[in-house]
Amino acid sequence: MKKLCEYNAYELSEMLSERKISSVELTKSVLERKEEIDGKINAYLFTDGEASIKMAEEADRLIASSEAKSRLAGIPVGIKDNISTKGIATTCASKMLENYVPVFNATVMDRLSRAGCVISGKLNMDEFAMGSSTENSYFVTTKNPFDLTCVPGGSSGGSAAAVSSCEAVVALGSDTGGSIRQPASLCGVVGLKPTYGSVSRYGLVAFASSLDQIGPFGRCVKDVALLQDEIQGHDPMDATSANRTYSSLYDGLSDDVDGLKIGVPKEYFGKGVKPEVAEAVMNSVRELEKRGAKAVAVSLPSTGYALSAYYIIACAEASSNLARFDGVKYGYRAKDCDGLIDMYEKTRSEGFGREVKRRIMLGTFVLSSGYFDAYYKKAKLLQKRIRQEFTDAFKSVDVIVTPTSPSEAFKIGDRISDPLAMYAADICTVTVNIAGLPAVSVPCGYSAAGLPYGMQIIGRKFDEQTILNLAYAHENAFGGFRRPKL
Amino acid sequence: MIKGYEVVVGLEVHAELNTKTKIYCNCRNSFGLEVNTQVCPICLGMPGTLPTLNEKVVEYAIKMGHALNCSINRICKQDRKNYFYPDLPKSYQISQADIPLCQNGYLDVIMDGGEVKRIGIERIHIEEDAGKLLHSDKFDGSLVDFNRCGVPLIEIVSKPDMRGSDEAKAYLETVRSILKYIDISDCKMQEGSIRCDVNVSVHKPGTPFGTRCEMKNVNSFSAAVRGIDYEANRQIEILEAGGVVTQETRRWDDQKGVSVSMRTKEDAQDYRYFPEPDLLTIVVPEEKVRELKETLPELPNAKIVRYVESFGLSHYDAAMIVDVVEKSAFFESCIDAGCRSPKLLANWVLGEISKFMNEGTAIEDTCLTPESMAELVNYIADGKISTAAGKTVFDIIVREKADIKAIIEEKGLAQVSDESALEAIADEVLAANEKSVADYLGGKTNALGYLVGQCMKASKGKANPGAMKEIILKKLAERG
Repeated sequence: MKKLCEYNAYELSEMLSERKISSVELTKSVLERKEEIDGKINAYLFTDGEASIKMAEEADRLIASSEAKSRLAGIPVGIKDNISTKGIATTCASKMLENYVPVFNATVMDRLSRAGCVISGKLNMDEFAMGSSTENSYFVTTKNPFDLTCVPGGSSGGSAAAVSSCEAVVALGSDTGGSIRQPASLCGVVGLKPTYGSVSRYGLVAFASSLDQIGPFGRCVKDVALLQDEIQGHDPMDATSANRTYSSLYDGLSDDVDGLKIGVPKEYFGKGVKPEVAEAVMNSVRELEKRGAKAVAVSLPSTGYALSAYYIIACAEASSNLARFDGVKYGYRAKDCDGLIDMYEKTRSEGFGREVKRRIMLGTFVLSSGYFDAYYKKAKLLQKRIRQEFTDAFKSVDVIVTPTSPSEAFKIGDRISDPLAMYAADICTVTVNIAGLPAVSVPCGYSAAGLPYGMQIIGRKFDEQTILNLAYAHENAFGGFRRPKL
Repeated sequence: MIKGYEVVVGLEVHAELNTKTKIYCNCRNSFGLEVNTQVCPICLGMPGTLPTLNEKVVEYAIKMGHALNCSINRICKQDRKNYFYPDLPKSYQISQADIPLCQNGYLDVIMDGGEVKRIGIERIHIEEDAGKLLHSDKFDGSLVDFNRCGVPLIEIVSKPDMRGSDEAKAYLETVRSILKYIDISDCKMQEGSIRCDVNVSVHKPGTPFGTRCEMKNVNSFSAAVRGIDYEANRQIEILEAGGVVTQETRRWDDQKGVSVSMRTKEDAQDYRYFPEPDLLTIVVPEEKVRELKETLPELPNAKIVRYVESFGLSHYDAAMIVDVVEKSAFFESCIDAGCRSPKLLANWVLGEISKFMNEGTAIEDTCLTPESMAELVNYIADGKISTAAGKTVFDIIVREKADIKAIIEEKGLAQVSDESALEAIADEVLAANEKSVADYLGGKTNALGYLVGQCMKASKGKANPGAMKEIILKKLAERG
């Protein structure tokens, strides 16, 4: 018999509102699945069953009193551990914040709480969201549910793996250069990186402020739309949040793609991308053409410079954002220090992992006097050009389709000592963050070994609806998520 | 000019703004409350928090920009200044780097002699204040009070246009006075709400500027004067001994009266400024900029000139009244209430009123009103009561609401100006003091004062001293 945790959120939502099931039953099912399987997967860093059940009871009361206004009332949501949860540890998978318990909720957490959602737990990630495999987590490496010897992708690897293995119904992640889409691709689920400014960043522990964006994971497009509906919206606490009206993506979903123009940029199908991945994506495009969409060749000529520009901007901001972890106020402080400078040096040397330190050093370098113009300023110019190229491309097409990740999931340990090879995993995703655009990754095929491939659909600013519609049409034509055999 | 050297001074003034809330969060902006009570996750820089700009801060800074004749950058940005210190919870300060809110202005400073010196203003930018380190004998280490974190500041940077400490002092006093008149800062030195960094260099006139040193930790205007003088002398001594001044940052130790080297140019901190990605570009509508200029009150320099020209006050008296907003406001209210002698009024404001204000009593805390003060001054100006009688009346109307006319009648304070009454007194006194009369007539003119004094005594202080003197003189002339 199908367990409750295996259903999609939109199905569970109906079952809950029709009172066929309770949120407590559903939450128990998710927690049991976690108990059963997470020893193999390591998706969660922290769960508190008692607290989750309490939230479920509260949700059941809300539903019973017909006060529930949200379709997500009673649905358990897994939360990436860089999203501030009041009273619940928020470690960013770092030794630096091992014992840090926030005194405030991120805006998205307040929204989920008002909707009557249940928190199923906090999910593993690369330390401070820096990485593409979760191998940079201080605590544990998450395994890919399709092959336990492979990485789940990153940095939101815990979120993707939890949803893929049914340890979570839906989950929140964050995406700075591909951290939602790449793990979604590697774990065969749907992941949306919303337009910059559409989801409040208040309470998201910052990696690169101008690129970070919280977004949803689900096993189907409908679930992603449901969760995005709940978290999107203007927030006066975030100055970069866009003050506009947001309509329901779930209500607007349609698989009619007749006449839709799909841009296919050659720069994303050549060097560095596995031919099998490129072929799988093109297959999907042909499938969509059968449904009335039109494929058009477009060019985004500066793509080749995007990775460099991305790592300069992201590291520059990170070097400043992570400076607050200094041992003075909260989190880790080194012992036996000889004065203030020694305390700073020891705390930060011992509290941060290698990749985080590497990026802080890179960022410090590119901002330092004498190098600022050569690196940071140039990267910002490139950002302007990349944005312009997208704007130009969107004059002739409605969406742009590319591979999400240049390859399927790689083996744990394969790239951890080669940072450049690891950075290359972001080659198809970083431009979207640089341009502030929305993009969704959907499963679009499997390797011979059964590992998922992902297709990325990029849209115009604030046009999440069109990319989700295409993703929905693709899912209906192609079949979408397949459960890994565990 | 010292030993043929000209002293060149530039100043960076940091002023805390008196907005209700802090610059990037909703915490209260107030001084002197219990440590770490005016804080929230945002001003504590907790992970994931974001700043949102208090628009009042921009308005206040633009007001100062207008007052200092600056051009306003309607479109500007905020930047991060990165450095580690325990009082800076984010380990960066949000400030403005290459595009300040206001720039290229000037301030005319009136020196003691009345001559005007124009000082260029390089820029005014907005930024956040840091917390404060505390040390306690009961605790091994340092403690941090974060209440001041995120208190809004403006930094006013002058051009190196001052020549010596007297001009620097006049500049600082004028800046402080403007801040108070446009009501954007409390300017309490002892609370650290206004602080400055001082740049000093020396050179022989006609030669290029010398190498400058920056002095930090200057906590009062008088300390600035002492610091500038010390630093100028130090540099001149080096040059006179054939040495070279090195560019460096020094710390002023006011207690010891010396500046001490902190760091040289070589190991200057690299603040790695870059645009603050958490905040949007500041865009101030043109109408707003204009509106802020229109709402600017009369500034202190203009007031001083008006008091001198319209009311006939001395420059010194005018400056003394204008120096304190409350005194100037009361002075003008009395004029508006019909006071006919601004000069006499100025004496009262700078005398009796200043006396109780210096003791910490505000005018509003007394029963004194502009109407009663104006009436009292008019009585004196018209010769109806003497200055001494005025003091008696003043002491009463400060304490209680009372009718001045009634007091004068009740206490018999009215001054006698009636000629026949005064002549009778004069005759009596002259008759009783033949020796003094003889002295006066013999050329000892100071006997006059004695005789007038005797008349005043005889009248029990009620005689109008001016009229009394006239009559005595007339009678003495008759005898001579």
